[in-house]
Amino acid sequence: MSELRNTPPKNLPKGKHTQEVSVGDGFTFNFGPQHPAAHGVLRLVMELDGEVITRSDPHIGLLHRGTEKLIENRTYIQALPYFDRLDYVSMMAQEHVWCLAVEKLLRVEVPKRAQYIRVLFLELTRLLNHLLWLGCHGLDVGAMTVFLYAFRDRETLMDFYEEVSGARMHANYFRPGGVSKDMPEGLADKIQKFVDGMWAKIDEYEGLLSENRIWKQRLVDVGTVSAEEAQAWGFTGPMLRGSGVPFDLRKAQPYEIYDELDFDIPVGKNGDSYDRYLIRMEEMRQSLRLIEQCLKRMPEGPIKAQNFKVSPPTRGDMKNSMEAMIHHFKYYTEGLHVPAGEVYVAVEAPKGEMGVYLISDGSSKPYRCKIRAPGFAHLQGFDFMAKGHMLADAVTIIGTQDVVFGEIDR
Amino acid sequence: MTATKFAPHLEKHLDLEVLTELKDYIVAGLGDAIYEAELAHRELTLNCKKSGILTVLKFLRDDKKCQFRILLDVCGVDYPEREARFDVVYHMLSVQLNQRVRVKVKCADGDAVLSAVHVFPSAGWYEREAYDMFGVKFEGHPDLRRLLTDYDFDGHPLRKDFPVEGNVEVYYDEKEKRVAYKPVDMPQEYRHFDLQSSWKGMTGNAYLGEEAAVDRNTFDADEFNDETEEESRA
Repeated sequence: MSELRNTPPKNLPKGKHTQEVSVGDGFTFNFGPQHPAAHGVLRLVMELDGEVITRSDPHIGLLHRGTEKLIENRTYIQALPYFDRLDYVSMMAQEHVWCLAVEKLLRVEVPKRAQYIRVLFLELTRLLNHLLWLGCHGLDVGAMTVFLYAFRDRETLMDFYEEVSGARMHANYFRPGGVSKDMPEGLADKIQKFVDGMWAKIDEYEGLLSENRIWKQRLVDVGTVSAEEAQAWGFTGPMLRGSGVPFDLRKAQPYEIYDELDFDIPVGKNGDSYDRYLIRMEEMRQSLRLIEQCLKRMPEGPIKAQNFKVSPPTRGDMKNSMEAMIHHFKYYTEGLHVPAGEVYVAVEAPKGEMGVYLISDGSSKPYRCKIRAPGFAHLQGFDFMAKGHMLADAVTIIGTQDVVFGEIDR
Repeated sequence: MTATKFAPHLEKHLDLEVLTELKDYIVAGLGDAIYEAELAHRELTLNCKKSGILTVLKFLRDDKKCQFRILLDVCGVDYPEREARFDVVYHMLSVQLNQRVRVKVKCADGDAVLSAVHVFPSAGWYEREAYDMFGVKFEGHPDLRRLLTDYDFDGHPLRKDFPVEGNVEVYYDEKEKRVAYKPVDMPQEYRHFDLQSSWKGMTGNAYLGEEAAVDRNTFDADEFNDETEEESRA
């Protein structure tokens, strides 16, 4: 192998096509920030020995918007839309963790129907995220078809988002204490119809990839992570389960109604990219199961906490009651007053553990909000995962980590 | 709907007894390194001396009854009015025990905290971020560069005295043909609203009738503070 690499290419015409490189000594190589396989704006400074990566230094922050600083200067309700824009392919999962953090400080109870709607949309969000991951990962590695198929299904899912919130992506749908509106009539049937068709589609996508020779050559034994490494580097979600650690917050530390629902957690054995691919495919099927159960069991009732210090009164109440009018005004101008204290709340977002460390000083603005993004820890592990791999595998590893720079750069 | 002592949809797994036991065990095991351990909102917080942070992290990671092997996050918090201005907060997770713990260290401006990189490799970027955002230095960090801000950025943006609108803005210089910096020029001043009104809000939703008012307004701050104190004493 090394002999082959150290042999200078023969019979090449001199001129533009040839480049003097110090063969064997290694050289430094810049990847990104604008690169179709970088999944956003990632700049990788890599040291290569021939075509083998010896060291890589990801430069991040090109999408840094100071979300945490902005949140400190907004009320609790105004801070919510910033969460859509963190991991912009799993929007509602991020809104959810903010709502939970505020609810934990407020100690407010969320009505059952709101919890069901939340879980329903959280799982739709997981599908949305995994479909994008599947399509882009496939495209990076060389499978064009699955990209088009996955984006077709994402379109349907974003239509559901639009029906329920009015926005295709940045929904701003969850609220502390529940959700902002009830689901429109007929949406449940549409989702059920989508789910019925989706089972076969996931099988089809797996049929395109799982036994595909090129797919396996590009994924098997690439980016292998042991269970110890995964924990030491702070990996969560599919990156942790791929290495054989059976830990999913939906099971281990259930929130909302996950403990009432029936679903399984896929766990990998080898910790390589292929195992993580299989896990995400199975997670999509489990999401479909969860969605079906939510639709079947969804109770009637209110969709937000019936406490007008926490959620706004209805339009009807406002027309008939001065108190409701005042509550509405105070809610949208001054905002909620959250009791002083500090909490850390984490949820199993599609990419891993998404957490919010929220400190409140009792006013209507958060004192400090630290967002713990799963992709941040994963990308940090890129150096050790890519070491010793070929340059082309860097793309596979970025793909398998499922990085999105909205959440990493914040 | 009655007043709840905790938010039931997200704290089902948190058993106060198990947590208290864990707290007592850690306090006994670490002794001097921590000066205060509290339980609030069913979360365990260890306040640790600055010199003892590595001892604490190693104990939490290696002890058979702790096994907090995942360092989830390291972040700074700024309290400008305090003498030791910054808190450095570590969040840890034990997959084996299914528990979380938070470790806090106080640090003055210009002081350094011992770096945890050699205990948890994941601390590398977290500490770089805390350094970038707050200017907290980490002693023994092999590569303490800025992480999120621009290459030649000046200042630490998450400090409370750093303006939200920033100090400089970028523009494209037509003469020099490159992107350059200039001081921020705001055509309209940034509006800092004072949301703290003297209006204390209603204590009950009178329009819903007396009973409903009691049921629907469950926020009596004293009631909740009582329990928090109980928990921290326990």
